[in-house]
Amino acid sequence: MRQSFDDISAQLRARHRKSARLKWTSMGALGLAVLFLVLFFADMTIKGLPAFQQAQIQVEVDYSEQASQLPLAAVNEDMRRLVSRGYLRLIPGRMQNNPELLGTTTTEWVLADGQVDQYLKGHHSRLSDSEKAVVDRLQEEGRAELRFNTTFFTSGDSKMPELAGIASAAMGTVFTLIVTLAVAFPIGVMTAVYLEEFAPDNRFTQIIEININNLAAIPSILFGLLGLAIFINFFGVPRSSPVVGGLTLALMTLPVIIIATRTALRSVPDSIRHAAFGVGCSRWQVVRDHVLPLALPGIMTGSIIGLAQAMGETAPLIIVGMVAFIPDVTNSFTEAATVLPAQIFTWAGEPDRAFIEKTSGGILVLLAILVTLNASAVVLRKKFERRW
Amino acid sequence: MNRILKTTAIAAAVIGVAGVAQARDQVRIVGSSTVYPFASYVAEEFGATTEFSTPVIESTGSGGGIKLFCAGVGEGTPDITNASRRMKPSELETCEANGVTDITEAFIGYDGIAFAQSADNEPMDVTREQLFLALAAKVPVDGELVDNPYQNWSDVDASLPDRKIAVYGPPTTSGTRDAFGELVMEAASEEFDAYGGEGYTDVRADGAFIDAGENDNLIVQRLAENKDAFGIFGYSFLEENADSLIGSNVDGVAPTPEAIGSGEYPVSRSLFFYVKNQHAEDVPAMNEYATLFMSEQMIGDIGYLKGIGLIPAPEDVRAEARAAVEGHEKLAAADLGE
Repeated sequence: MRQSFDDISAQLRARHRKSARLKWTSMGALGLAVLFLVLFFADMTIKGLPAFQQAQIQVEVDYSEQASQLPLAAVNEDMRRLVSRGYLRLIPGRMQNNPELLGTTTTEWVLADGQVDQYLKGHHSRLSDSEKAVVDRLQEEGRAELRFNTTFFTSGDSKMPELAGIASAAMGTVFTLIVTLAVAFPIGVMTAVYLEEFAPDNRFTQIIEININNLAAIPSILFGLLGLAIFINFFGVPRSSPVVGGLTLALMTLPVIIIATRTALRSVPDSIRHAAFGVGCSRWQVVRDHVLPLALPGIMTGSIIGLAQAMGETAPLIIVGMVAFIPDVTNSFTEAATVLPAQIFTWAGEPDRAFIEKTSGGILVLLAILVTLNASAVVLRKKFERRW
Repeated sequence: MNRILKTTAIAAAVIGVAGVAQARDQVRIVGSSTVYPFASYVAEEFGATTEFSTPVIESTGSGGGIKLFCAGVGEGTPDITNASRRMKPSELETCEANGVTDITEAFIGYDGIAFAQSADNEPMDVTREQLFLALAAKVPVDGELVDNPYQNWSDVDASLPDRKIAVYGPPTTSGTRDAFGELVMEAASEEFDAYGGEGYTDVRADGAFIDAGENDNLIVQRLAENKDAFGIFGYSFLEENADSLIGSNVDGVAPTPEAIGSGEYPVSRSLFFYVKNQHAEDVPAMNEYATLFMSEQMIGDIGYLKGIGLIPAPEDVRAEARAAVEGHEKLAAADLGE
């Protein structure tokens, strides 16, 4: 059948319209995703930025005999509820260590109570009207102000919002990830090297391969149950410790590292292997001296992404007891510890509203670290990647 | 090659170290998420003012905590478990079967469960019967149990406003839900003959009751968005959000600290922790912690915990509870009743 020129040009127009439509819907999808991301970041930043500032007030501290027993007596009566209890409770100890303080009066900048902090930031606070008046007066006299919140980065969790910080969770994260990396990286890389370079292609290795790919898709909470059953109940690893958390996360990260390493090894062209064999290298020498170094950037990228994923994980850690209240900064692999996402999870459940900004502040820190990790993975890939 | 071997050796060493259990000076605490804010407050104070390190507290829920606590004696098991209800006789049996034979019960005070809504609404007072009829899966109509037909509060009782029934509440894993089931659903269902005098706690699943997750803050946030809805959560969250929420009177009693402490407010429960006395020698900090928790400065009328939502018990009850902890009184099945 013959088609007229008009028919053909109508058809063409219809096809062009279709492809334009596809282009616009896909751009719309991207725009929507970006919009959500921007909204999320804006919300987190607006809520979280105040967490990096903390109210301090200037008070006269009277190191009297009475204050060594009852620390509240150290400050003027109308200021008592405005000073953080976390500061006051340390006074008796300080006086014991420095006996010369007894009988002196000093003017000090001290941490203000969390409610004063919330009031100064314009949020809802539980201060009474008379207390608000005192804070207003202090602020006019320049004796109450918001300063950079170092406590947030140097102290652990606390029930008092003004004292709560991410230090213990950050250290816990570092210890946990060291264990994860120390276990998952060598095992993952060696497994991939065996499967890719040494193993024969038979039914058995195929089954292993399918299982590894499946493992990567298993819900992470199941790894937590496995960690509880094997590491804690069977091997007796201390509950809540970075060791057990790290081992559990290592199980989760293994398939990611194996898959990434195999892809990296596969991208090394066979001509390299053939050339090495040609000059008489053994299989081990080929892998060690030629294939592994060339595949290393890919392996590193995969491992960093696997680690970043492990770092944001909370579900399996609930089961092995790492979602806990840990005010002391962790300094060993076997002591109880918590991790950053778990800390955020804990704060999100606090009744005190001052923790809302702590939660968002914690999220900002975690996001910053994750972005840094992922960016370094991209940089590594760009820098060392070789195209064949 | 050396590098790879070294890394493997380090990994093996890490696993090796982990296998050796370490002696600990740290008290390990598990249990109820309701008691958790109070316990962690005491723990922090304990860590800051004594030479002992801060106890580790995990929020596992009352039932989960007792399960871990009763798993046995030894360093791997917790020393203390918190509970937002009393230990059940069956749980004590499990404990004893696993060798945990010397337990002391510490009663710390009360907590109320609030039924609240956005403060933009008119206050609405309810009775437990009305709450039950609005939320039960099956209700009696003309003596027959049928699927809950009520859509608006005014269908339940003509005196209630013509508003759609929508209630955000905790999931079944939560102690708050347990307490709500027992104190409201069960208590009210016993008033109706259709259930044959048996406690009925099934909550309707047709969308009127909305499972809002363990986090009470989420329920509070949703009430701000959905002004028509009510929420069920711990009293401390109502107190903290007093500017945006109003609590309903239940059976004519307002949720105030006084009414909860005296037991007049019907939806209140007792909070406990349980101490494993067999650990006292290995974990010396344990009894010191229990003593601090029971002190007037914590659970007393002007104690710190009152500031974060604990409802103190009357003075004589506190003194009795304190004496029980100081004397390491052994918990017996007879104490738990039933």
